[in-house]
Amino acid sequence: MSKLNILTKGFFKENPSLILVLGTCPTLAVTTSVNNALGMGAATTFVLLMSNILISMLKNVIPDKIRIPCFIVIIATFVSMIDLIIQGFLPALSASLGVFIPLIVVNCIVLGRAEAFASKNPVFDSLLDGLGMGIGFTISLVLIAAVREVLGAGSFMGFTFIPANYNMLLFVLAPGAFIVYGFVMAAVRQILNNVEAKRKAKQAKA
Amino acid sequence: MEYILMIIGAVLVNNIILVQFLGICPFLGVSSKVNTALGMGVAVLFVMTLATLVTSTLQMYVLVPLNITYLQTILFILVIASLVQMVEIVLKKMSPSLYKALGVFLPLITTNCAVLGIAIKVTEQPVIASHGFSILDSTLYAVAISIGFIVAIVLFAGLREQLELVEVPKGMKGVPIALLTAGILAMAFMGFSNLV
Repeated sequence: MSKLNILTKGFFKENPSLILVLGTCPTLAVTTSVNNALGMGAATTFVLLMSNILISMLKNVIPDKIRIPCFIVIIATFVSMIDLIIQGFLPALSASLGVFIPLIVVNCIVLGRAEAFASKNPVFDSLLDGLGMGIGFTISLVLIAAVREVLGAGSFMGFTFIPANYNMLLFVLAPGAFIVYGFVMAAVRQILNNVEAKRKAKQAKA
Repeated sequence: MEYILMIIGAVLVNNIILVQFLGICPFLGVSSKVNTALGMGVAVLFVMTLATLVTSTLQMYVLVPLNITYLQTILFILVIASLVQMVEIVLKKMSPSLYKALGVFLPLITTNCAVLGIAIKVTEQPVIASHGFSILDSTLYAVAISIGFIVAIVLFAGLREQLELVEVPKGMKGVPIALLTAGILAMAFMGFSNLV
């Protein structure tokens, strides 16, 4: 696999929340506004990147039998770091993301990449993998958040352009999260299927 | 009276899955049959109650007196992970039949954000405001919240069993249609929102 491929496979083809269906809790909970989604995406990317690098460096030191607890401690350390950083420098973001920042620890994406990729691959590849998966996660969060914020609050990144009387409040509330997530997931899967089918048709012609 | 209101609030009004968005992974993952959903629910009830009891005790007698609450996340996840492992070993020895029923779900619960989420949430704001932080209240709240989990996951599994028989557009198959169903279920639960 080429280096570029390792980086970009997380964007759409193996997108963690839209294709692999990992990390669903933050995807549903923090996508009420694009700003929240960007904040959560950035925090998760940081944790993914750092834990992937460190675990890949330590992969020969960590005994195989207790690798999962070791991974969890490493991940929890970085999560505590980003939690304190956000509390210190971005108190508003910390208040709106709430318990979901410490919960990055149990985000299946982070542990999943540690187990499936970082513990078997060299440091630079793991770095690219962590970065790619983080960016893919951020893309999916922003996609869902954009739909929910525009329909539900009539604004985009805090800039309001639809008067409050015409908002569909449902989309910022809990049911909207499930419904928009479902539709975005279906749309992305359908588009990927179409692209794949076209590519195959082209290959068959050639 | 306070306790009754707290339990109704935790089960219906602030349902952990449909309102608080915690524990979505098992909600989507093990909800294709009512029986397995019930098994998962009981396993969560078991682990969440024990975990909240232990983490609240640690919070009260270790983290706060020593002023090291910034280690909360690391300590709690380690406690939960080892607790799950321990429960698994104890069950295997003490009650093989229960282990057979719950065994497959136990490892999954370690990465279930519901357990850690509730453990952290009860330390952030007291369950019953006038009591302050109390271990008993927190544990009771964990029981009530996990009953809410069971209600949601069993209802959803029932819906999904019916969904199997329906023709669905190709792109919507599997998780997307399940999410839409969950959305409608969440809408139904919104009806409880001013109950307490």
